[in-house]
Parts: sequence; C-alpha cells; structure tokens
Amino acid sequence: MAKFSKKGDKTPPAMSTASLPDIVFMILFFFMVSTTMRQTDKLVNIRMPEASEVAKLERKDLAAYIYIGTPILSKQTQYGTDARIQLNDSFKTVDDIRDFIAAEREALSEADRQFMTVSIKADENVRMGIITDIKQELRRTSALKIMYNARKSE
Amino acid sequence: MARPTPEVNAGSMADIAFLLLIFFLMVTTMDTETGLQRRLPPMPDQNQKQEDVKINKRNILVVRLNDYDALFAGNEIMDVSQLKNKAIEFLTNPGNADNLPERESKTIEGFGNYPVSKGVISLQNTRGTSYKAYISVQNELVRAVNDIRDDFARQNFGKAYASLDEEKQAIVRDAIPQNISEAEPKDTKK
Repeated sequence: MAKFSKKGDKTPPAMSTASLPDIVFMILFFFMVSTTMRQTDKLVNIRMPEASEVAKLERKDLAAYIYIGTPILSKQTQYGTDARIQLNDSFKTVDDIRDFIAAEREALSEADRQFMTVSIKADENVRMGIITDIKQELRRTSALKIMYNARKSE
Repeated sequence: MARPTPEVNAGSMADIAFLLLIFFLMVTTMDTETGLQRRLPPMPDQNQKQEDVKINKRNILVVRLNDYDALFAGNEIMDVSQLKNKAIEFLTNPGNADNLPERESKTIEGFGNYPVSKGVISLQNTRGTSYKAYISVQNELVRAVNDIRDDFARQNFGKAYASLDEEKQAIVRDAIPQNISEAEPKDTKK
C-alpha cells in the first residue's frame, strides 16, 4: 500500500511566537525615539494657529513653556472662560512670569542659559493684548528668545 | 566536560516588552515643537534718555493690524494674501524707486560686496487683534524673506537656501537680513 499522509486528523502546528518580542521591541524603540516625556498637564484648551514657514525647535530641553488659552471644561466653573496663562501646572498671572523665568533659568546650566527659548503656546482665538503683556514682561526679564508655536500647514 | 547550559525561557520576553511599550505610550507625547522664532528687542534703559532713532521714512514699511483683524500695509488696506508681494517689493526694491528702501553696500565675509537693503518692516497690532491673524501676518513676512533668500541662493550658489551648507546660509542671512521689528505696544484707546 502506498503511504499517504492523512492531512485531516492532524492538528496544525502551533505558530511560533519566538519573534513576537522582537516585533514589540521594535515598536517600543520607535516610540522611545520619536516621543518626548510629557512635562505638564494641560489646563487650557489650545488650538494652535497654522503657519507655513515654521522652524523646528532644536533644543527642547532649553525651552520654557507658557500656555495661553481658555480653561478646560472642568476648570471653567472656577476660572471662567476668559483666556488664562498657565505656567507649569497652575493658572498664573502676568506678574508671575518673572519668577517663572527666573526659576527656569536657574534650572539650566550656566552655559546654556543664554540659549533658553520661551515657547509661547497660545490658542488662535486669544487676543493679542495678553500676548503683548507677556512679551513686555519677557523683555523686562530679558528673556528675549521666543517662539510662537504654530502648526505646520501645507 | 562542558555541560550544555539549559536554555533560558524567553516566553515572557514579549510580556516584558509590551509592558515597557505601554508605559512609554502613556507617559510620552509626540507633538513636535514647531513655530516662528523671534528675538525681542531689549527693554530700553529707563535712565537713559530715549533718543529717536532716525530711520528714513522710505526705509520703513508699517504693517498694522486692528481690532477687527483688518490689515493695513504701507498706505493701503489689503488682504493677507497680498502682503507677501508687497513685502518682497519693499525689500528688494527692483526698480530702485525713490520711495522704497535704499541699499547700502556691505562687505560680507566669504562673498564680497553686496548692496544690503536697509528696509525694516514694522509690525504693529492692537490689543484686540486675534493671535491667529497676528501669526498669519508674521508668517507672510517670514515667507517673503525666505523667498528672497531662496532667489539669492539660487542666483549665487545654484541651490535653494535650505540645501546650502551652514557657511553659505550665513552669507545669505547677512545679505538678506530678516528685519521684522515688533513695535512697542501703543495705547489704542484713542
């Protein structure tokens, strides 16, 4: 009798999962390289304006962030819907910027201080009045390098 | 006699990797930092008497934005889309017109003499201007400067500005400076 293997009653071989860790590690490394650690929790809604000529911020570690926008829904009962300034994790006023910049500057090494950039992240519907106040305060504290954050448009 | 070491079970490797992956997904953000970089003018010294910097009228292009985001550049009301051409015309002064900025021959290291435009664009806004309009105007002005730089780079180095090396970019930057001044805020309640 000729031998024929009976295909029907054999269970299919288990799929090898030996390469699964490799795949997951690959994804892991991708995320580790392409993302940054989250610094603060946002308390304001920000939809950045669009601009076509944006440049990338080279040294993210030297940036200090100022957020300006309307408070998020859960904070609106307390802070209203007017545009507010957020520094670190709380709502602040223009007068607090001086201390904030001083603290940020202190945290950097001596050589890097002159390269500190203040990144202004403002909602596109914010009025310029509040931004002008911030700019004047930054000039007073001589933090002159600033960046207006904007989304890249095509 | 070397005994073969028993193989380490790598079955849980995937679990560990997943754990790390999920951790990184939670705590990191992906947003890239892009924007328009600017340098603010230093605060004038209060003890020092404010001396008027004499800038010839032809060398300055005043761009104004009002509370209703209406744009006024030079002496006319215009749309944001027209601003770029206006700025390019102002900065290059192709016909050597009398009412457009003069050029001053400067020696640029590594390049030679080049007539550098003395034009300054002064951007003024009111407190009620929206940030969106302000950024779009800033963007148009930067675009105008970038266009002129690109032209200059193509003419002299045969390549776009972005693909030049650091040294040549510096030459282009010297030849075509980005003179956008953010004016002192003015009281607009009048």
